[in-house]
Amino acid sequence: MNAHVDTDAARTGATRRELVVGTALVSGALLVGCSPADLLAAGAKTEVGAFGPFIRIAADGAVTVFNKHIEFGQGTHAGLAAIVAEELDADWSRVSVEQAPANAKLYANTLMGVQGTGGSTAIPNSWMQLRKAGAAARAMFTGAAAAAWKVPEAEITVKDGVVSHAASGKSAGFGELLQGASTITPPAEPKLKSHADFTLIGTDRVRRKDSRAKSTGEARYTQDVKMEGLLTAVVAHAPRFGAKVSGFDDAEARKVSGVVDVIQIPTGVAVVARSTWAALQGRNALKVTWDESKAEPLGSAEIEAKYAGWAAGKGALPEKLKWETFETRGDASGGEGEVFEATYDFPFLAHATMEPMNCVAQVGGKGGVKLTVASQSPTLDQMNTARIAMTLPGSVQIENLFAGGSFGRRANFQSDFVAECVHIAKKVGKGTPVKLVWTREDDMAAGYFRPLTHHRLRVRLDKDGFPAAWTHRVVTQSLMKGSPMAPKGIDSSTVEGAMGSPYFKATPAVDGQVLMPELGVPVLWWRSVGATHTAFVMEHTIDQLARKAGKDPVAYRLALFEKAGASRHIAVLKLAAEKSGWDKPAPAGVTRGVAVHESFGSVVAQVAEVRIVDGVPKVGRVVSAIDCGTAISPDQIAAQVEGGTCYGLSATLHDEMIIKAGAVERRNFDAYPVLRNSEAPTVETYILPSTNPPSGVGEPGTPVIGPAVANAVLAATGKATFRLPMIRA
Amino acid sequence: MATSLEINGRTVQVEAAPDTPLLWVLRDEAGLTGSKYGCGVGQCGACTVLADGAPVRSCSLPVSALAGVKITTIEGLGGTHPVQEAWVKLDVPQCGYCQSGQIMSAVALLAGNANPSDADIDAAMDGNICRCGAYQRIRAAIREAAAQSRA
Repeated sequence: MNAHVDTDAARTGATRRELVVGTALVSGALLVGCSPADLLAAGAKTEVGAFGPFIRIAADGAVTVFNKHIEFGQGTHAGLAAIVAEELDADWSRVSVEQAPANAKLYANTLMGVQGTGGSTAIPNSWMQLRKAGAAARAMFTGAAAAAWKVPEAEITVKDGVVSHAASGKSAGFGELLQGASTITPPAEPKLKSHADFTLIGTDRVRRKDSRAKSTGEARYTQDVKMEGLLTAVVAHAPRFGAKVSGFDDAEARKVSGVVDVIQIPTGVAVVARSTWAALQGRNALKVTWDESKAEPLGSAEIEAKYAGWAAGKGALPEKLKWETFETRGDASGGEGEVFEATYDFPFLAHATMEPMNCVAQVGGKGGVKLTVASQSPTLDQMNTARIAMTLPGSVQIENLFAGGSFGRRANFQSDFVAECVHIAKKVGKGTPVKLVWTREDDMAAGYFRPLTHHRLRVRLDKDGFPAAWTHRVVTQSLMKGSPMAPKGIDSSTVEGAMGSPYFKATPAVDGQVLMPELGVPVLWWRSVGATHTAFVMEHTIDQLARKAGKDPVAYRLALFEKAGASRHIAVLKLAAEKSGWDKPAPAGVTRGVAVHESFGSVVAQVAEVRIVDGVPKVGRVVSAIDCGTAISPDQIAAQVEGGTCYGLSATLHDEMIIKAGAVERRNFDAYPVLRNSEAPTVETYILPSTNPPSGVGEPGTPVIGPAVANAVLAATGKATFRLPMIRA
Repeated sequence: MATSLEINGRTVQVEAAPDTPLLWVLRDEAGLTGSKYGCGVGQCGACTVLADGAPVRSCSLPVSALAGVKITTIEGLGGTHPVQEAWVKLDVPQCGYCQSGQIMSAVALLAGNANPSDADIDAAMDGNICRCGAYQRIRAAIREAAAQSRA
């Protein structure tokens, strides 16, 4: 809904550019520590039919597309299937989607080298792969028809799953030609359609395939897994990051009806029971003592103060910690002119998916090691499982399920909740299925937060009010440090969005440096990663500079984008400004704020209409323009912009994880407020027409709303926002 | 201990301690997994079911309180309820995990108010969190279902 493909041909001039993947989640380099043969050999047993690993066609002509990615709401299952259906000329109403098993050889993300979903790459990495798969299968049908009908293959057409030859009047469905087609060798480089010939891609016919299952309760999530003999486990976790079990008394826990075992594992003490409630009651009765000698001593307030001090040059840096340059040009020190200075603070954030983390594992039975789980990175989960279960990664089977959200949480280098479940299942043994259930409190307290982050800026302005010298300091934990894919230089995920910003390009002198301290609080990518804070800092700063210069925020940005040669930014900004009526007065009591940001290869501009009600911003209409290259499913692009906007707005208004002395304070939604229906804006999404390859959609809608709202509040009150969230619980 | 519950028009015997929340009885004993666990403290709405037609958070309702109460879960709507049809028509779900609860709240709202205002929708739906942020489509689908029911 509210997806509009703008048809104004004058705007199609955006320059073609290479796909930029903001944060590669994992890469082939990850295979270090695990030989490729170990990972691939056993997994290669996956049965592959005549049409390759992505397509199965049944005797009745129905088409099944295998989704190598997780479906956690982003709608790629339909987008990926549509790419295949387009080139295959299948009947879209008879295309269904199945989750592919774990198999890095067949189903690696082509931008990562291993199987996994992240960095908004599901569609971009699959684009050419699935077009070729669909086109090759189509060629097999036209080849089979030409042979059967003894007509020239070039005269054969395919439409909606029906193969036809007009001159002879012959036609047949995929089912009828299946046997013949299966014997044809697929062409290595099949002919692909041109954009002008697309009949499905880019249309409103590309809709989700799972809405009915998700509206009837039938969709199967990890939480819903039922198996013969299934046991449920809950774990008593450490009260503080870094604490370890020193002892426990399970006498009372074992008396709870339904409890079958109590097991110590590396992350705590697990209570295994015949039902969830029994396991929870067992955990309540368990007494655990903790060794807190190595626990994280700091809380979020102390961390924030430390970061601010370091950025201001106060206080000695810990040993080995040093500032690293992420962008430099000219001499940003000294010089004359008006100076703007600001600091910005961002809290730790929980992903707070609706489905708390969970997993089902079977270890020690005849069936080998098996996970039944919503796996965002099957390859990582195979590797981490294999280390615990003492087997080869490629032999770990994964049945991948729908996930009740992720926003980055389900992919981490430790496979934290999966590994925990495998430890328990290994102790239970005999292949008994064990479902690990985390309560909301377990989920919130486990960490893997968006890191608390501090920015400090000093911008010297030229006589026209544009930046002449920009000094920028960022303090935040690295997401990659200590991981198998830790970068040699800086961890770009900490500064992406500031680094490479068109505003930096338009500024003669830039000095950008980042400090990445280590803490006991586990951190992770959180929908849109570095852009969650850099977009806010850059876009809110620019608005303040524009106002200082007495210039219109849109005009000020356009001038800088012109200087930077940021043509895609210009195109989306102009489109959002036009559709929002930027040049016309806002309704009474309403102010508008604008922001533009590029992430994951896509550029999004938003204009937010805000009313201040009882001192807090109430966001009404949000007009969005997105350049995401070729639009596969306009409706799902709109859905991701709508949802991404809400996710970003939640963090702008409410989300804040408080930690005290290494212990998570806010463990449920009563203490950790998130955006609710009455606060959610009405988002309009306009898609820039493009024939560039598709770029990211799941994340780029998230980081723009924060600065757009802050800029609207600035317009209303004259006050800038230097700390999020705006409303502190 | 054995408890008798009336779920989706059927009498169901379940083995559960009296303090067991209805949610876990539905999911683990009755095999009805459409109602979801989200928070366990009645804050997120993912477990919403109807008790004699009123929306309740089944995670916070002990089975001992439910003698003689008619329970309706998402499975009891039959799959083609006007609210479900509107949800499908507008592709409301993203991850979908909260949607059973959202739908049950919407069904209860429309049962008592055939033409809800935006404020009515806000009031009825604010107990149901959707982290995917499908709120805009949820509101539109409620209006769609209301229009279809009036037609």
